[in-house]
Amino acid sequence: MADNNTIVAAQGLVKKYGIVTAVDGVDLGIAPGECFGFLGPNGAGKTTVMRIISCFLPPTSGTVTVFGLDVTKEPSRIKSRLGVMPQEDNLDPDLSVFENLIVYARYFDIPKRDSVPLANELLTFVELQDRGGMNIKELSGGMKRRLMLARALVNTPELLILDEPTTGLDPHSRRAVWERLNQLKFRNTTLLLTTHYMEEAERLCDRVAIMDSGRVVAVDAPQNLMEKHGGDLEDVYLKLTGRSLED
Amino acid sequence: MKIRRAWRVLQRHWTVYTKLYKSSFALNFIEPVLYLLAMGMGLGMFVADINGQSYIKFIGPGIIASSSMFAAVYECTYGTYIRMTFQKTFDAILATPVNIDDLIAAELAWAAVKSVIYGVTIMIVVALFGIVDSWLLVLAVPCIFLCGLIFAEISMITTALVPGIDSFSYFYTLFMTPLFLFSGIFFPVDTLPRAVAGVAWFTPLYHLVNICRAFAAGKVAVVLGSVVWIAVVAVVLALVPFRLMRRRVIQ
Repeated sequence: MADNNTIVAAQGLVKKYGIVTAVDGVDLGIAPGECFGFLGPNGAGKTTVMRIISCFLPPTSGTVTVFGLDVTKEPSRIKSRLGVMPQEDNLDPDLSVFENLIVYARYFDIPKRDSVPLANELLTFVELQDRGGMNIKELSGGMKRRLMLARALVNTPELLILDEPTTGLDPHSRRAVWERLNQLKFRNTTLLLTTHYMEEAERLCDRVAIMDSGRVVAVDAPQNLMEKHGGDLEDVYLKLTGRSLED
Repeated sequence: MKIRRAWRVLQRHWTVYTKLYKSSFALNFIEPVLYLLAMGMGLGMFVADINGQSYIKFIGPGIIASSSMFAAVYECTYGTYIRMTFQKTFDAILATPVNIDDLIAAELAWAAVKSVIYGVTIMIVVALFGIVDSWLLVLAVPCIFLCGLIFAEISMITTALVPGIDSFSYFYTLFMTPLFLFSGIFFPVDTLPRAVAGVAWFTPLYHLVNICRAFAAGKVAVVLGSVVWIAVVAVVLALVPFRLMRRRVIQ
C-alpha cells in the first residue's frame, strides 16, 4: 500500500497501553485529496490511530508513514505539514482569539509579517473576523471549534486530522464546519476524521473505515458499504460493530 | 531537542507573561517585602547582630534567594501541571513541529528566567532598604538562573510523578517549607545540631542563600564552593525531568 501515491500508510499497527490493546493490527492507505473517515464505538481505537498518525503516540509495533516519513523517526518534519483539530478544546486560554493564531503560527516558524495577514484570512474563513480581540472564555462551543479549525490551518497543511470535529455542536454550527471542510476538500487538502454522525460521514467522506475493538472491520466508500450490507450507513455500522458490547 | 523549537515555546510563555504580569507580579513581590518588614524590622529589633550584621541585613539576601526559588517552583509545579492537564496546552503545542523534549526544555528555561525576574526585583527592593553593602550582588544573577534551573528540575520531576494537583501540597509542606526555614535565611544553619546543619549542605537553597549573602557583603571568594555546587547539580539533574515527562505525557 505504501506507494508514492499514499499520504498515510499503516502496516500491522498495534498500540497497547499496559495490558489493554487499543489498536490491534490495522492496515491503512490514504490517498492524496481523499476524505477518509473512521467510524466506530467509543474505545474502538479511532482516536489512538489518529494520535499515532499525528506523531503524538508511538506505535507499540507495526509501521506508520505519513508523507512517506516514519512517524517515530521524523515527527517534526511530518508535523510541520499536518493540521490537527483535537476532540477537546485546547485553545490557549491565556491568549486572545487572534493571539492564539499568531502564537501557533510561531511554532511553525511563520514570521509575524506573514502570520498577521494569515490570521485575519483564517478568521474570515471561519467567520470569526469580528472576534479577534475576544478572550477564549467568551467564545461559544461552536466558535471554539471554528477557531480550532482555523488554528489547524495556520501552516496550510497537506493533511488535516479532525477528531470528532462537530461533536456537541448545534445544527447550524455543524453545517458551518461541514461547509468549511468541503471547501478544504475542494482545495485538495487530504482530510482524516473520526465521527459518530453517519450523516457527517456520508456527506464528507470518500471512504470510511469502520473500527471495532481495535480492528478495522470494513473499509470502503459509504455507498458501497450500504449496497453490500443493505440499509443505510447506520444499519451497516450497527451490523458490523458492538460485538464487544454484547459480550 | 532543538533550541529553535524550544525558543518558540519560550516566546509563548513570554507573550503570556507580558500580558498577565500585572496581576501575578504584585503577589510575588508583596510577600518578600512583608517578610523584610515583619522579620527584618519587627523581629529584628529583638535580635542581636549576626556575624556583625543587623538582622535585616542578614535576612535580606536570603529573601532574594527564596523569592527566586518560589518563582521557579510555582512555574514548574502548578504552572506546568495546569498547562499539561487542565488547559491541554501541551497537546496543542505537541501537534506542531515542537516535540516533547523541546517543550520540557522550554518549561525549565522559562522557570529559570522567572527566577531571575523575581530575584532581580527583590534585589532592587533589598537595595532600596539600604541593606546591600556591595554591587557585587549583581554577580549573583547567573547563580540565581542556575539555581532556578535546579528548582525547575526538582519541580518538574515532582510534576511528572504526582497523581493529581492536590499532591503538590505534600511537596510544599514536606519539602519546600523546611527548605525555606532551614537553609540559613533566618538564622545561620550552624546554630542547629551538626547532623541537621549537615543536611542543609545537600539542598540548593542553602547554597544560593550563601551566595547572595556573601556577594551582598562583597565577599565572593568564600562561596566559590557553593557556586560550583549549583553549577554541577543543575547539570547532573537535567536529564531526569526529560525522561520522566516523556513517560508521563507520551504513553
